[in-house]
Amino acid sequence: MTGEKWRPARNAAVLIAALLLFWQLLYAFAGEAAIKPPLATFRYTATLITTDAFWVHLSESMRAFAAALAIAVAAGLTIGFWLGFHKLSGEVCEPMLVALYSIPKITLYPILLLAFGLGMPAKIAFGAIHGIIPVALFTINAVRNVRPILIKTGRVHGLGATEMARIILFPAALPEIFTGLRVGFSLTLIGTLLGEMFAAQRGLGYLLMTAIGLHNVDLIMAVTLLLFVFAAAASGTLLAVDRRLHART
Amino acid sequence: MTRVTVYRVLVIAAAVLLLEGLCLAGIIDRLTMPPPHRILRDLAVILASGSQNAAIVKTLTNASIALALALVAGITSAVVLHGYRPVRETLEPLFATYYAVPIFAFYPLLIVIMGLGDAPQIAIGFMLGVVAVIVNTLNGLDRVPRVLRKSARIGRLNAIETALIVTLPHAAPYVLTGAKLAVAYSFIGVIGAEFIMSRGGMGYEISFAYTNFDNATMYPLILLILLVSIALNAALSRWEKALLKRRGQ
Repeated sequence: MTGEKWRPARNAAVLIAALLLFWQLLYAFAGEAAIKPPLATFRYTATLITTDAFWVHLSESMRAFAAALAIAVAAGLTIGFWLGFHKLSGEVCEPMLVALYSIPKITLYPILLLAFGLGMPAKIAFGAIHGIIPVALFTINAVRNVRPILIKTGRVHGLGATEMARIILFPAALPEIFTGLRVGFSLTLIGTLLGEMFAAQRGLGYLLMTAIGLHNVDLIMAVTLLLFVFAAAASGTLLAVDRRLHART
Repeated sequence: MTRVTVYRVLVIAAAVLLLEGLCLAGIIDRLTMPPPHRILRDLAVILASGSQNAAIVKTLTNASIALALALVAGITSAVVLHGYRPVRETLEPLFATYYAVPIFAFYPLLIVIMGLGDAPQIAIGFMLGVVAVIVNTLNGLDRVPRVLRKSARIGRLNAIETALIVTLPHAAPYVLTGAKLAVAYSFIGVIGAEFIMSRGGMGYEISFAYTNFDNATMYPLILLILLVSIALNAALSRWEKALLKRRGQ
């Protein structure tokens, strides 16, 4: 069954080739002033990542993202476990979370800026509010779908709320929770970058905005490419782990 | 009203009252956020005077166009892709990672290609929404029983008739799930794009009011966007539930 085994890799290769071809065609259509061809972008990206300034922006973005993700995961899991386990609270709050999930969170950005001021805390908060709700919603469903017998066993042993979450609920609900973490990861990344695009003095989002201001097409293309590759690689890896976790049960 | 609904209303009322109290007591200062009753009054003033009507109409029109394009293109591509398995399998990894990629990063490119009119904002809303429609429609088409396809063949329907008369109606609840996401995404896309860079629309007005410390305009507009998106989402959820109920699910 080697043919089956290699199919995902082959599909990915075909997809990447098709995307590059599309990019090249778009270049032929839109012209030098609008976009750069793939090869030129790769070359520019290669020189960009050797500059010190780039690493300053990158590390700033990564620090904001890490903090936002930590907050989103911690708060999301707490809310999720509570609402999933406590039936009444869950029924009361879940539709509100769904409604919050569907609003354009970008519009809340000025409020966060007024509350936190310009800079790191606002970025972190903006990333976190994107990630908290999906993590919470997936966790709620995961906890609800835990087989009742497992919870009864925990009760029989007289476990407290934290022990119940740690020993019984978390391991049983792990695959589904991981799906929530995967979605939360992507959304937190998007949120953090958006935050940087609107108001920051450092970070990849800021770099992108300055590039737009200066109409530096090389830089726009390079940063977009880097973000795309990073997001696709991270989410591809998480997706693979996710599938493995789900296959195990 | 059921007990859960009563609790839900109470939770929301408590949250609003808490905010009101914090604002009136000066713990949240006036420059950060006006008390909720002021926001409501300002919203009434804005809607009555019609000063923001142009922006509201522009944003709603652009979001509707983006949504319509996403639905038409999404459903059509899903029907076509469903017939070509190899193409679908190749595109699947793209769909899986699509929402992990910050689509807003492409906005500068779109501005350069399409100019700073309405087109790039509509394009962002479209790009965000279309994949959700494709993925959910494919999911629905996968669940069409074979007997229905066979009946279509016996009735000598061609491919287009089969899709319109047989398979798509059967997949309707799933298409609706996609449409619900597309509504949220087209809003997020258009408003976010206006926010980043544009010459009008609600997102633009909000960021303009923010830079001018004009809370009397900013907060009512934010509230309006939240109310519209929550109302739309609730209406579509209700319709989705009714459709599923009719099928006994």
